[in-house]
Amino acid sequence: MRREAFVDGVRLGIGPGSAAFVLALSFGAEAQARDWGVALPVLFSMFAFSGSAQFTLMTALAGGSALAAITSAVLINSRYLMMSVALNNSLRGGRLSRALQTQALADASFVVAHRNDGGYDAARLIGASVPQWIFWVSGTAVGALTSPSPSLMHDLGLDVVFPAFFLILAVDEVRRSARAFVAALLGATVAGALLLVTTPGYALLGATVAALIGVLPEKEESA
Amino acid sequence: MRLWLSALTVTVLSWLTKASGPLIIGERKLPPAAVRVTALTAPVLLAGLIVTELGGKAIDWTQLAGIGTAGVLALAKVPMLAAVAAGIVVTALIRLG
Repeated sequence: MRREAFVDGVRLGIGPGSAAFVLALSFGAEAQARDWGVALPVLFSMFAFSGSAQFTLMTALAGGSALAAITSAVLINSRYLMMSVALNNSLRGGRLSRALQTQALADASFVVAHRNDGGYDAARLIGASVPQWIFWVSGTAVGALTSPSPSLMHDLGLDVVFPAFFLILAVDEVRRSARAFVAALLGATVAGALLLVTTPGYALLGATVAALIGVLPEKEESA
Repeated sequence: MRLWLSALTVTVLSWLTKASGPLIIGERKLPPAAVRVTALTAPVLLAGLIVTELGGKAIDWTQLAGIGTAGVLALAKVPMLAAVAAGIVVTALIRLG
C-alpha cells in the first residue's frame, strides 16, 4: 500500500470522521433509549461500520419483524454493491485480498478515494476510513454511555455537520467534469422526487440510477 | 437474543455487500461504459446524500444557513474543518437568538 496515499486518506478522513462522531452519538443515545445497552451498539458499530444499516435496523426492529428489519437494513446498504463494483477495477491482489480491502468502504471514503482519471485509490480509501471508524465506534460508546439529548445537539448546531461535509465534497466532485455535474443534478432530482413517496434510504438508493448516464459515449469518443 | 442475532446478521450481510464487487466480478475488468458509470457513482451518491439529509423532514432555515456558510467558505478555499465549524457556529448562534 502506498504510504503517502494512505496518510493523505487519513488526513481527508478526519473531517467526515468528526461528522460520523456526531451521528454515532445519536446512534448510541438512541440505542440506549431502546434498551440495547452499551455493548451491543458498540460492537455493532465496530463490526458493521455502516451507519445507514445500523439506524435502519434499530428503527425497523421497533416496529416490525426481525426479518423485515434485516431486509430493510440490507436494502439500504445495497448502494455499497455499486461502490464495490466501481472500486473493483482499481484494486490489486487476489479475490480475498480485494474483498478485504472493500471492507473499508464508507460513503465519504469512497468519494475521497476518487481519482481524477475516474478510478479509485485503495490506499486513500483505507486511510480515510481509519479515522472514520475510530470516530464512529468511540461516538457510539460515548452516546450509549452519556445519552445526550437530541435537543442539546440541535441547539449546538450539530445537525449541520453531515450535510455540510457532503456539500463540500460534492463541490469538489462536480468540478471534475460537466458530466459529473449533470449526473449529480439528476441524482439530486431523483432523490428529491423519491422522497415524496419513500424513506430517505430508498430515495438515496434510487438516486444512484443517475450514474447510468455514464453509458452514453463521451464527446471525444462519439466524434 | 433477537437483537443480537439481528445485528449479527446485518453485520455479515454488510460484509458480503461491501465485498460483492471482488466476489462477483473477480479479476475481470469492466467494459469502458461500465467504468464511466462507476466514475459517476461518487457525485451522484453525494448529491443524493445531501438531498436525503435535508429533504426527509421540514426545511430548517437555521440548518441551511450553517450549511450555506460552510459551502461558501469552502469555495473561498477555507479548510474543510474550519468551514464546517463556522457553519455550526452560525446555526447555533441563530438558534440562540
